[in-house]
Amino acid sequence: MVDIGDATPVRAWQRRLILILLLAPALLWLFALIVLPHVQLALLSLRERVAPHVYQPSLAQFHTFFAEPLYWQVFVRTALLSIVATALTLLVAFPIAWVITKVARGRASALLFVVCLIPFWVSETVRALGWLILLRESGVLPALLVKLGLTAVPVELLYHDATILTGLVYTSLLFMVVPLVSSLESLDNSLIEAAYDLGASGFATLKNIVIPHAAPGITAGCIVVFMLTLGNYLTPNLLGGKNSQWFTELIYTQFIVRFNWEQGAAFGFLLLGLSTAIVAVGLRLSGQRFVDVMRRS
Amino acid sequence: MSAAPSVSTPDLSVQDLRKEFAGHVAVHNLSFAVQRGSFFSILGPSGCGKTTLLRMIAGFIEPDSGEIVIGGRSMRAVAPNRRPVNMVFQQLALFPMMSVGENVAFGLARRGVGKLERTRRADAMLERVGLAGAGLKRVDQLSGGQRQRVAIARSLVLEPTLLLLDEPLGALDLKLREHMKIELKQLQASFGTTFVYITHDQSEALVLSDHVAVMNHGRFEQLGTPQQLYYEPATAFVAGFVGANNRIFGQLKSSDGDIAEIETSDGWTVRAKKSGPIAAGDHVEAFVRPEAAILERDASQLPANQAHYVGSVQSLLFDGANSAVLLHEDLTHFEFRVALPQTGRFADLKVGERIYFSFDPRRAICFPSHGGPHG
Amino acid sequence: MIASLPRPAWLRTATVLYVAAFLVFLFLPLVIVGVFAFNDANYPAPPWRGFTLDWFTGSAATGRVGLFHDTELLGSIWTSLIVAVWVTILSVTVGTANAFLMERYRFPGKQVLSVLMLTPLVIPGVILGISILSFSSRVAELADDLFGLDLDFLRPGLPLVVLGQFSYIATIATLMISARLKRFDSTLEEAALNLGASHAAVLGTITLPYLRPALIGSAAISFLMSFENFNTTLMLVGSDAPLTVMMYGRMREGASPVLNAVSLFLMLASAALALTMMRGGPRTEAAKSAAAQ
Repeated sequence: MVDIGDATPVRAWQRRLILILLLAPALLWLFALIVLPHVQLALLSLRERVAPHVYQPSLAQFHTFFAEPLYWQVFVRTALLSIVATALTLLVAFPIAWVITKVARGRASALLFVVCLIPFWVSETVRALGWLILLRESGVLPALLVKLGLTAVPVELLYHDATILTGLVYTSLLFMVVPLVSSLESLDNSLIEAAYDLGASGFATLKNIVIPHAAPGITAGCIVVFMLTLGNYLTPNLLGGKNSQWFTELIYTQFIVRFNWEQGAAFGFLLLGLSTAIVAVGLRLSGQRFVDVMRRS
Repeated sequence: MSAAPSVSTPDLSVQDLRKEFAGHVAVHNLSFAVQRGSFFSILGPSGCGKTTLLRMIAGFIEPDSGEIVIGGRSMRAVAPNRRPVNMVFQQLALFPMMSVGENVAFGLARRGVGKLERTRRADAMLERVGLAGAGLKRVDQLSGGQRQRVAIARSLVLEPTLLLLDEPLGALDLKLREHMKIELKQLQASFGTTFVYITHDQSEALVLSDHVAVMNHGRFEQLGTPQQLYYEPATAFVAGFVGANNRIFGQLKSSDGDIAEIETSDGWTVRAKKSGPIAAGDHVEAFVRPEAAILERDASQLPANQAHYVGSVQSLLFDGANSAVLLHEDLTHFEFRVALPQTGRFADLKVGERIYFSFDPRRAICFPSHGGPHG
Repeated sequence: MIASLPRPAWLRTATVLYVAAFLVFLFLPLVIVGVFAFNDANYPAPPWRGFTLDWFTGSAATGRVGLFHDTELLGSIWTSLIVAVWVTILSVTVGTANAFLMERYRFPGKQVLSVLMLTPLVIPGVILGISILSFSSRVAELADDLFGLDLDFLRPGLPLVVLGQFSYIATIATLMISARLKRFDSTLEEAALNLGASHAAVLGTITLPYLRPALIGSAAISFLMSFENFNTTLMLVGSDAPLTVMMYGRMREGASPVLNAVSLFLMLASAALALTMMRGGPRTEAAKSAAAQ
């Protein structure tokens, strides 16, 4: 069972047998559930139905995507809003990660960290329900605004882009806070003190010391948040309603509602392509390897 | 506590400085001055308050009361980055995200020195510390000693009035530490900057410093030159902490001028110089340096005016020039350490052999005792 | 600035205010959900009409069907539990095998396999769902055409939901268990072998006990993630909806406070699970587990 060099008398055929037994589940998992389904999805996206049960290779699905403004507009919109949501999440999470690692001490720091994590143990559905009750026209916040005299009648706070962004940032915070905390934690306080001692301002320290050090954590957090945001369905759908126009909704519609799997598969690949491209750009910009980043997060 | 002799205006002057942490007094109303261009060490065991003191001078900790004056200017309400003081951190705190040259030029860049000028000055500084041409290297390509030189260069390039060093040799292995001690002393001499150095290693303090303050429980036990600390310890703590010493607990039987006769609870009688007022019957502890004692195989060779003792060799501690022998005094089995003469005269000594020894009571010293094995 | 550097008063105040605002942002939606589970009204909305337990204990007889009598909702919780148990068993088993494979063996293509194992994390859940959906229906089609077999489990339904969730939760279990196995001091195994233990005994008495915290941790995380999964499940679900899909459907129709009641239960269960896990492991362990979500 153990591989500790030649010191242990495990015979070669035994080792080989164990290796095969260990490889089998991994290969079965990766090929049956990841590789082959995506190959099938690719094939699906590259064919066209010309008659019942008759298909031919075609780029028609991708052509439709570009020909129909609604489709690519939703695509671009989803990408842009995801980038904005990622940036906002970083802005909101960084000060908290800083307080946890560098300002608060001992128990206070540990407690704050745990408190920040707890909401994310609750289902996204429950969190979305909370926002619904808070924000909809008959909800808590509009009622409060009326009571405070800020608005004459209850206003609808749902179905705006800002609402979707709020919901996305909320859902994503954990995935930003955790990698930021672990990368800031490894930053030796004496480096900050040294920079300060050598005359650096807070901004110079942030720019020259903190951000270069935390770059791996920032990249990891941003990549994960971006991917999750791009692939999110529940939050944009519930908080944005008909106005959400999130790309995953198009995929759902094609696959489940219209049963147009070819088109849905093409959309799926476009989303996957976008996600991969942004991840690659992020890694390139920060000069890191995929494996390291994923391990980190 | 003696003040350092005044030759010019001090670079650092501390008056009545105090700091408490949650009821525990870390620094106890300290006052001292450090002369310009000198190497000043604060020596003490961990937890004695030396780090707190250093960080107060640097400005990272706010004192509860008292005054810190650097270069004639009060540091009250002066932020650490505005003080004419730089610090070499314990783990050096070199910036791993920058090259060696960028590390050295970092402080200059913060002062708005142009890129060309600061590169030139950083290179010149690296050359002075013997690292010419290392500017483009990464920090992790340097050896431990080189990293330390970079840390010092990074601070000295800013021409501080005072350089604070927080046990920078602590992380090095023994051999390198010995080497860096010498290098540090030479660097300080060639730059002439005032160094304030904290350490728990008495050898570092003695080798490096012009003046050493021995600190314990938030107070200075003694402030003086390394020679004063070694030969004229002011307190039992200093005698025990600085250098090797035989410590003998006992009761004062009688006095002859400033020489006291002390008897241990086992009935062994020794004589030592009194430090401070001690009356007959007081509990005392006496200290005898291993090199103050003399060995002879023939008792008649020992000085006639000194008490002679007999001991049997328990173990031989051969360490080149620092060799010593552990004896058990015959009557009381008191363990006594005697330095072996460097002539190699007793190189043939055997374990179990009986030998005579004595010491000059003027080179032994005794203090009133507040603790110890017998009360 | 860090605690040891001087911070001006305004910065201290701003820090405190920021943390307070952040915590309000985090907890407000959850608190609101909990509070409105007890509101004596037919919709979870203000104003407050008084305290009631109707949304837990009510039945058709009282006019308000509370959680304990909502057979549809209770059924979906049961469905979610069954799915989660299967996903947990599969993920932890495969994750353990993977951990040993990747940490203890060298074989051609290992590098490729290690990257491949991470990919499920970067594939959006929706796409995992549709790819598995289309592949399984293709396989079912082939089986029907070639052998005349009717493979019902390959149609949308719970078996596919389990596979879909397992497809990426296995990655997380693998990472968590590998991380611990990597830190294992293999001289302990050598010592045990040296003392005469068989390889099987070493595995049972040394290695697996050492891995126990990671096994328990990854099981808890797998269970939780399966229970809360929505994106992948939505694409693969058949007639039996797990809880998240059921709640989503009802929320779109206009939520009744019975959803608040079930949410409150979920929160309490999650909090209990989270606190047990965080108490069990040091801070980093808990953080890693949470991050793995």
